[in-house]
Amino acid sequence: MSNIAIKVENLSKAYQLGQIGTGTVSRDLERWFARIRGKEDPFLKIGETNEQHTRSTSDIVWSLSAINFEIEQGDAVGIIGRNGAGKSTLLKILSKITAPTTGKISGHGRIASLLEVGTGFHPELSGRENIFLNGAILGMRKKEIKRKLDEIVDFAGIARYLDTPVKRYSSGMYVRLAFAVAAHLESEILIVDEVLAVGDAEFQKKCLGKMGEVSKGEGRTVLFVSHNMDAVLNLCNNGIVLEQGKLGFVGDATSAVRHYQSSGSNTVDTWLDTRKLSRPHFSSLKCTVSGNQPAMTLTIDFKTNSETAYPNAFVVFGIKGSLGNTIMEAIPKLDPFIKFNGQEMSYKCEIKLNGFIPGPYAIYAWLGVSEAENYDWIDDVLHFEIFDAPMADRTFPYSPRTGYLIADCTLIT
Amino acid sequence: MNKTQENWEIVPANNLFDLKLGEVWAYRDLLVLLVRRDFVSFYKQTILGPLWFFIQPLFTTIIFTFIFGNLAGISTDKLPKPLFYMAGITAWNYFADCLTKTSSVFKDNAPIFGKVYFPRLIMPLSIVVSNLVRFGVQLVLFFIFMAYYATNGAHFEPSWAILLFPLVVVLMALLGLGLGMIISAMTTKYRDLSFLISFGVQLLMYATTVIYPLSAAVEKYPKYAWLIKINPMTTLIETFRYGFLGKGTFSWDALSYTTISTFVILLLGIVVFNKVEKNFVDTV
Repeated sequence: MSNIAIKVENLSKAYQLGQIGTGTVSRDLERWFARIRGKEDPFLKIGETNEQHTRSTSDIVWSLSAINFEIEQGDAVGIIGRNGAGKSTLLKILSKITAPTTGKISGHGRIASLLEVGTGFHPELSGRENIFLNGAILGMRKKEIKRKLDEIVDFAGIARYLDTPVKRYSSGMYVRLAFAVAAHLESEILIVDEVLAVGDAEFQKKCLGKMGEVSKGEGRTVLFVSHNMDAVLNLCNNGIVLEQGKLGFVGDATSAVRHYQSSGSNTVDTWLDTRKLSRPHFSSLKCTVSGNQPAMTLTIDFKTNSETAYPNAFVVFGIKGSLGNTIMEAIPKLDPFIKFNGQEMSYKCEIKLNGFIPGPYAIYAWLGVSEAENYDWIDDVLHFEIFDAPMADRTFPYSPRTGYLIADCTLIT
Repeated sequence: MNKTQENWEIVPANNLFDLKLGEVWAYRDLLVLLVRRDFVSFYKQTILGPLWFFIQPLFTTIIFTFIFGNLAGISTDKLPKPLFYMAGITAWNYFADCLTKTSSVFKDNAPIFGKVYFPRLIMPLSIVVSNLVRFGVQLVLFFIFMAYYATNGAHFEPSWAILLFPLVVVLMALLGLGLGMIISAMTTKYRDLSFLISFGVQLLMYATTVIYPLSAAVEKYPKYAWLIKINPMTTLIETFRYGFLGKGTFSWDALSYTTISTFVILLLGIVVFNKVEKNFVDTV
């Protein structure tokens, strides 16, 4: 046997958008009829990408399309990508939770997947009983768990509470116990989702250490999905970047992280007017984020229109943080004014984003003559997200509680 | 753990008849632990504890005795009324519990199924076995009733058909499992069925010989008795009563018919369950 642990061939997965369950009887019949005639499924169109910001006519979305890659035994592979790039879908298929729409995965060795810690924990049962139950759900035999019981209890640090129902545990203890069970699973292939985003810093370090031990020390294959680039660089030697359901990059971890960070600074959001107003108004808005941290640029392309001529006006764009408060307002110089002569006019506004912390942001747009007379005002009209950190070597976490912008500062001695 | 490097493959569709029994066997410890969980968590933080297993059949028997036995005066085949009802209720409850719990297995376990893979069949199997434990406990109550009436000189005697008891239990379990799997597979897409099941089981009880003997139904409605006879559960309950209490309608033809229909339903259940199991996470 070759030393390929996992081989993914032409893997695709389609999801249906919208509400499942309404009108599906007729659709099911139609599908079934197409199948018995040997025709293609009329509702699956190949080629649609998973572009979440724009609307599409088809309500089938390809969460993964035509993915091919191989993973060698003993590799620690980081799977990275934006939200909605298909990481979770890939993990779900690898963990056999859901089946692919087309393609196949072959491999050898027992797979243990950790998409969540503490699956199947029963609040009424004691810690000990839950270790056995959870272990069995993850695929361990009873005697295997018995052999490792002391090790698991020790790792979780809950020896004193072993015979207490887990519903009386603190959330930290609960998570520690759950991770401890999973970490002691013996398997050739370990699949880990971002379960490490739990517990305190000390425990996170312990988990990362345990995973490093698994991949480097024991020579097992590890697939690790994370948004934490440091963790990926620490743990993995290879990386796979997924972009909108397609394979963006396969290679060593450092290049993969670099590819991810350079490709990702573009997010686009668009808004089209459907309100049919006669007074001056925005008829379309589009925002693009470009450049690299810490100096990024937000470009807003917008169009305005009105039915008849109106006095000149000016625009204001406000940027709001994840807590809903306005961080700053962009008010371009009044002259040139926005003119209204009954025709649609296009404009572009560039806003510098210096030292913005990673996270989601919203934009509101205002159009008017003075503070007292506004033509149009649309709240939360566009959304963009910043993924990269403004400082590469900062270990202190970014949080809106400590401000949306980092201060450019130096310590002088 | 076995260190053999088994090869595996993940493909879009399942073989419909592949039960993956080998895999189920490998997860047998999980089955045992799930049954234990159901049993232990049932009476945790209750005062009466496992006594609750007795209370439901006991009170149902008392109420049936008053309403159907005394008030409506439905025949009980000359058996002591409480004994007659308890036999029916104990057996029926086992089937009904297997059916209702299995029919919501995908919905109830969606959080677990969505995060971890194990042979899905383990869950319905654990339900059937958990209920078997419960059935065993309730059977003890039934035996206590039998002993009480026997010492008080009531006229009944177990017949040779008591030897068929294991077969009756297995058939009830498989019938509940099969029907439950069919419904569970369909409820992942169409939730309507989960509403149907809650009162459907209740209605089905009246189409089964739980509160009346088959002989009475045949006597009173000779034209429509076939409706009750085609229900496989009727034969099972009649055989159960005939075995333990010596009264009831028993025929080999009916038993063969029930056995065959049970296996057909079970097979159908397995096919639809297998078809749904791989992708239900996306729709449930």
